[in-house]
Amino acid sequence: MFQRFRHITALAAAIAAVQLLTAATGKEFFLTQLTMAGYYTLVIIGLCLLMGYAGQISLGHAGFFAIGGYTSAVLTTVDLSAWKAAPAISLLAKSGILTGRADLYGGQILTVHPWAAFLCALCITIVVAFLIGVPVLKLKGHYLAMATLGFGTIIYSVVLATSRFGAADGISSVPAFPLLPGLAVTGGSSQRVANYYFAWLLVTVGMLLLINLIHSRVGRALRSIHGAEDAAGAMGVDAARYKLNTFILSAVYAAVAGVFLTHYNGGIGPSEASIMKSVRYVAIVAVGGMGSLWGTLIMSAVLNFLSLRGYFGTFDDAVFGSILIAVMLFSPEGVLKLDIRSLVGRWIRTDRKAGA
Amino acid sequence: MTLLEARSISKRFGGLQAVKDVSFSVAQGSIKAVIGPNGAGKTTLFNLLSGFIAPDSGEVLLRGMPVQDLPSHAIATRGLSRTFQHIRLFGGMSALENVMVGRHVRSRAGFMAGMLNLAWTRAEERDIRDRALDSMEFLGIGQLAHANASSLSYGQQRAVELARSLTSEPEILLLDEPAAGLNMRETADLAVLITKIRDRGITVLIVEHDMSLVMNISDEVVVLSYGEKIADNKPLAVQKDPQVVRVYLGEDEC
Repeated sequence: MFQRFRHITALAAAIAAVQLLTAATGKEFFLTQLTMAGYYTLVIIGLCLLMGYAGQISLGHAGFFAIGGYTSAVLTTVDLSAWKAAPAISLLAKSGILTGRADLYGGQILTVHPWAAFLCALCITIVVAFLIGVPVLKLKGHYLAMATLGFGTIIYSVVLATSRFGAADGISSVPAFPLLPGLAVTGGSSQRVANYYFAWLLVTVGMLLLINLIHSRVGRALRSIHGAEDAAGAMGVDAARYKLNTFILSAVYAAVAGVFLTHYNGGIGPSEASIMKSVRYVAIVAVGGMGSLWGTLIMSAVLNFLSLRGYFGTFDDAVFGSILIAVMLFSPEGVLKLDIRSLVGRWIRTDRKAGA
Repeated sequence: MTLLEARSISKRFGGLQAVKDVSFSVAQGSIKAVIGPNGAGKTTLFNLLSGFIAPDSGEVLLRGMPVQDLPSHAIATRGLSRTFQHIRLFGGMSALENVMVGRHVRSRAGFMAGMLNLAWTRAEERDIRDRALDSMEFLGIGQLAHANASSLSYGQQRAVELARSLTSEPEILLLDEPAAGLNMRETADLAVLITKIRDRGITVLIVEHDMSLVMNISDEVVVLSYGEKIADNKPLAVQKDPQVVRVYLGEDEC
């Protein structure tokens, strides 16, 4: 219990320390990538719950990120002013769900308010995750991996082939997301520090909720399903329902990240829905210790930051592919079951043998 | 009063008729045993009663309600708990956490409550922990609470599994070969323990290969042979039943 809060406090302190460090060394521009890394971390800790605790893999989480991002991007950029006279539209405009703003060229346009778009994105994500999850979670192991890969491919193809989604160009000129008076999720440099803190506040809250969850009755049930599904059933744990709820929850984490990163970047492109993004998320969960939320969070922050700063150059995807291969090689049970401590333990034992 | 009843249930696996037209009932507050030689269909019968497999025909009634089409977790929610012939503990969890899972059917914190860690959730969590520790104390394994479940000895794992079932406060407890792998003294201790569980008001149904355990403590014994019921009576009467003697005792190589 107290340990939980110690860890969260340490995280908050680390977040502040990083910001102060960038300020002290004159590297404030790092905050842009650190903010983006924060949103990706939100996706990845959600996936960590699904993979590490419920024991289910998803190679389609970039799809949920894209559903969140694209829903918000479309709704906040499509101009409805041509239908202003229609009773339904004017009612929505009056209720504040639609909002007028100036577009890039100075014209007045009428679009969905970012908060309303955000709620829509969450609802769509929940519905899609439910519809995909019910049939797909009956599968296990590679079959589940392949089915979720299929889902990711579908989302990627739909995004790429739909002109409304900007096809290969994606959607740009997505407006700022107003949070509080004077505070909005936007890439503008005047709000850089505030946005860094907001992104990592979301991660901290997301982390706290997940840590509470894994230490609760539900967390125990999830681990029992992972340990011995038939015995969990004999204890009254409805494995199918718990897997589905976890799948939906982790999809919601991905969609929330997708919405805010899209507003932060001012747009979204099809690469966010690509399979390589999903593979990257899985690779980070695996290298973070599969089932270790803290390990995953740290690996995610570091690797995403390095990747976004371009340290991996043109080998970006190759780096994450290699990480996945390395994890698979060193984990005899494959990507679905890795205990980093036993991995380290094995090295230590081998060393001892070599020494003796 | 009848708590659990099987009405002419049958199960066939390909060419093997594992359970054939078996009927019997378990009275509330009693200890009933199902015995038979290896391959007689005892474990299949248990899997049918606990919802792990569905019968091809026939009915299973729990408190008069048909449950043969329900999944195992729904049957557990209705007050039937079981152990396994091959121990099934949750690896990577402590013994106490394993036992706490047993309380699942009698607690209610869901995803939202768990994430928000509300006051009532914390109270419920404390209650689950206390009751799990009580069960472990009752079985004399309180000192193992914080040990990793998979690091325990065979006998200790059996006890943890039993504690897990007891923590759910079942109406009826199904024990699948609880004496397997135990020595004579441990088996005698187990017999005492099972009567203590019955004295707590929990009806017990035991599947057992070893006659010595069940003959002393059971109120009634069902004998299976090649999937069919050949006797269902008091232990003494069963021991004298010529057909039982022939198919079971007469061929017992132990």
